[in-house]
Amino acid sequence: MNKKRNTVCLALVIAAVSLVGCSSKGNSTKLQGAGASFPAPLYQKWFKEYSAAHTNIQVDYQSVGSGTGVKSFMDKTVDFAASDAAMKPEDMAKVEGGVQLLPMTAGSIVLAYNLPDVPNLRLSREDYTGIFLGKITKWNDPAIIKANPGAKLPDQPINVIVRADGSGTTFVFTKHLAAISPEFAKNVGVNTQPNWPVGTKSKGNEGITASLLTTPGSIGYIEYGYAHSQNLHIATLENKSGNYVAATTDSAKAALASAEMPPDLIAWVSDPAAPDAYPIVTFTWMILYKKYDKEKLDALKGLVMYGLTDGQKEAEPLGYVPLPDVVVAKDKAAIEAL
Amino acid sequence: MASVPEKIRVREEVAAWHPGQIWKPPSDVQRWIDLIFRRLCVAFAAITIVLIVFLVLEIGVKAVPAFRDHGLAFLYGTTWDPNTHRYGILPEIWGTLYTSLLALFFGSAFGIAAAIFLSEGYLGETVFKILKVFNLHFHPFWGHLPERLEALLKNLIELLAAVPSVVYGLWGLFVVIPLIRPGCNWLHAQFGRFPLFSTDLSGPGILPAVFVLSIMILPTITAISRDALVSVPPKLRMAAYGLGATRWETILGVLLPTASRGIFGGVVLAFGRALGETMALAMLVGNANRLTVSLFSPANTLAALLANSFPEAGAKEIPVLMYAALVLLAITFVVNIFGAIVLERAAGKAEAR
Amino acid sequence: MSDDKPVTAKQPSHAETLLRRAEEQAAKDPFAGVDFAELELSLYRPRTLFSIILSWIVSGMTLLALVPLFAVLWMLIWRGGQKLSLALFTQLPPAPLEQGGGFGNAILGTVIMVGIATVITVPLGVLTGVYLAQAGSTRLAAGVRFSAKVLTGFPSILAGVFAYGAIVLATGGYSSIAGGIALSILMLPTIILTAESAIAMVPAKMKEASIGLGATGTQTVWMVLLPTAMPGILTGVMLAVARAAGETAPLLFTALFSNYWLASNGRVNLMQPTASLAVLIYNFSGMPFKNQVELAWAAALVLVALVLVTNLIGQSFSRQQVNQ
Repeated sequence: MNKKRNTVCLALVIAAVSLVGCSSKGNSTKLQGAGASFPAPLYQKWFKEYSAAHTNIQVDYQSVGSGTGVKSFMDKTVDFAASDAAMKPEDMAKVEGGVQLLPMTAGSIVLAYNLPDVPNLRLSREDYTGIFLGKITKWNDPAIIKANPGAKLPDQPINVIVRADGSGTTFVFTKHLAAISPEFAKNVGVNTQPNWPVGTKSKGNEGITASLLTTPGSIGYIEYGYAHSQNLHIATLENKSGNYVAATTDSAKAALASAEMPPDLIAWVSDPAAPDAYPIVTFTWMILYKKYDKEKLDALKGLVMYGLTDGQKEAEPLGYVPLPDVVVAKDKAAIEAL
Repeated sequence: MASVPEKIRVREEVAAWHPGQIWKPPSDVQRWIDLIFRRLCVAFAAITIVLIVFLVLEIGVKAVPAFRDHGLAFLYGTTWDPNTHRYGILPEIWGTLYTSLLALFFGSAFGIAAAIFLSEGYLGETVFKILKVFNLHFHPFWGHLPERLEALLKNLIELLAAVPSVVYGLWGLFVVIPLIRPGCNWLHAQFGRFPLFSTDLSGPGILPAVFVLSIMILPTITAISRDALVSVPPKLRMAAYGLGATRWETILGVLLPTASRGIFGGVVLAFGRALGETMALAMLVGNANRLTVSLFSPANTLAALLANSFPEAGAKEIPVLMYAALVLLAITFVVNIFGAIVLERAAGKAEAR
Repeated sequence: MSDDKPVTAKQPSHAETLLRRAEEQAAKDPFAGVDFAELELSLYRPRTLFSIILSWIVSGMTLLALVPLFAVLWMLIWRGGQKLSLALFTQLPPAPLEQGGGFGNAILGTVIMVGIATVITVPLGVLTGVYLAQAGSTRLAAGVRFSAKVLTGFPSILAGVFAYGAIVLATGGYSSIAGGIALSILMLPTIILTAESAIAMVPAKMKEASIGLGATGTQTVWMVLLPTAMPGILTGVMLAVARAAGETAPLLFTALFSNYWLASNGRVNLMQPTASLAVLIYNFSGMPFKNQVELAWAAALVLVALVLVTNLIGQSFSRQQVNQ
């Protein structure tokens, strides 16, 4: 009696489980992407809206890190990838048929800090390079006081927070620091996971954000969206022209506008020269194969065009920077040529 | 109308086909099934060995370039610098052993205590005594309360195992670290010369990691130890009481030694889990490559190193990470050999008693 | 005439004297010579005091061990509780800055992948445990036991990497089967070791009685050993399932994630990237959007509840077995 009841229960459960997820999509084209976590929120918004508008196309994106994304791409287990650090030439050569990189959006990396009494911290180039090299160790260091006359800087050690895991954000930040400081380039270098001379490590943008929120006297580098959503104080940084620029959409756009886009569409804005440019800005790329079968190619073309046109309007509310028109035009030409 | 001997013969033939009949000598079919089943068991057991050999080979093959480049210096180097390609995992080896052993110590202490609490039925006894005061102990509903509460408690402790490691990491970051920071900084200020407290708690560190890790391994130890304690034959317990032993004299002198094999099995599983715990430690241990005894300083473990470096690792870094993974497996290997030797000696003494 | 020599009674031997003395004493006071003070259950006796103090210590430690559980559950309820609704089970994950949404596909994905892993590991693990319990100390058994112990320390991320190399590359894409296999690597050692332990704890008498009746080894296993060891084996299975349900790293490399339902065209397709609760929690808890973070906490609560329900179902099955 009990056995019979159990088997009936089990059968019902299995039936329920297999029926509950029935969607009525016809022969749908599925596109799978993987890669950087930096643009993940924006891509997921795009892909969800695109899939909702086109009932026979399903696009999925999972953030696993730029490195793993590129690896999956090279192993051909995904249809497209995304990376903050573009793709190395030797990796591009390994993919048969060739690859096409398309910068899809951009974002700024900000230095957020936890000093309740100092709402507007200004850091000169020597200041923030010195902090991350471990040369400036206290908040009331004369160099910082010079840049912030009148601010109530406490006599506390600076608690530097860096990334524990490998990350495209770190890559871009170290690229900028190496571009403005030969000492940094020599001692630490440009890497997704460099050997930081100073700092406690936290995992992920969210880890650094959490540490910043709970550790007094701390400073760390995170993407703009995270600092904005948690209302962290963001430091105003000195750029190449000597102006102190806050991280806004306009200052980031000014930085991107100075980028020369070569034919392979990989450009770095490690130290923009424009007077109102925010110094730490980066593009982020979508990586596609040069050859697809027709269905996937059409779907991808539609997807990319959506991202370059309507999608750009959604960048700003999420904390990203809309692409300059020049770049959009070059992207469109490249995707049409596939 | 069949004769009686014939009916018996037919019945016997029918019975021979029924696999459940154990009160007759086995028929041919049953012998055949027995053989197949035995062979199947051996085959399945062999699969485990095949699996681990396969795993070690896959990882080993990928680690060969790193072995050629770095050799044994990898094991005692202390810098991890992907830029200059200098890699050393001594701080990670130390961190893995330090955090796992500390977590094992605390996890076992509390885990076995909880197992004893569950197996002795303290909760049930107390509730029963309360029910007796109200004369409800034979009530159709309330009378079952003691055993239902005991089952609830057992399930609650096993529920600790169900919490995902990511959630433990987040809990540690948002709740544990701010909570213990004042106390740890006070200890550092007062007893800073004592090596265990020689740094201050600036965020993630060994102590939060050990705390969360011991909570993660506690349900394993409790569940398995409780099963071991409960399966001690009631005769032994009654015999000890009959001789006049108090409750704890029975527990310490009779129950724990008898159940020691099962308890040790649980401890081995828990230790393995502690060594290989990835996500929670990646968030809580601070990922600093330094060799330190201080409880408040950040450190690094092999599994956390793998978790943090793997997603972004380029083609040159992966062999190095695989080498580190092999080292972790080797540590588990060595620790288990050590544990087996300890178990042999302890089992010998316990059985002699 | 009377004799002059007095008749001396035969002197009793020493043993007889003692015996007579004992009998007299037994008749008078049967408990003489027993130190009752030793047996007194009073707080003034060191043995009793020791026992009672230890009882309190152990109760205190158990209570302390429960505090983190309640703390974590409280955090989950407080942060994710307001999101609890039926929509969680029927809707798909929301995009950033979108309100509402749910994670029905993630629940389904976790159930399927843990189910696949359980279906693979339980027969494999239990039969291996049977072999180990019976074979004792042959070389193969010692080797298997040792391999299982070494496998317990296998980091979860490597299980994912291994399954990526072995299955994802071989089949050309991410799939829930690869995820299930990666999880089974993590579940297997627990099930093997607890199954062996549980079967070894079955009293030898029962096994011998069964063999004495004429059962084959297989019949002994199926009709005597396994039913008796079922509670212990079930504990191991539940521990393994609880762990597998909460593991993120292996799934990141094998099943990835999906924002859509698993079924399409009316059929369930297992060979495609699959959502799971653990990866959802990992993704959403790291996003700077309030809706997503709350959903992550709600997902953690749902995951814990799911494992509790599985636990209870498993225990009710085991109770029925024993009652039969």
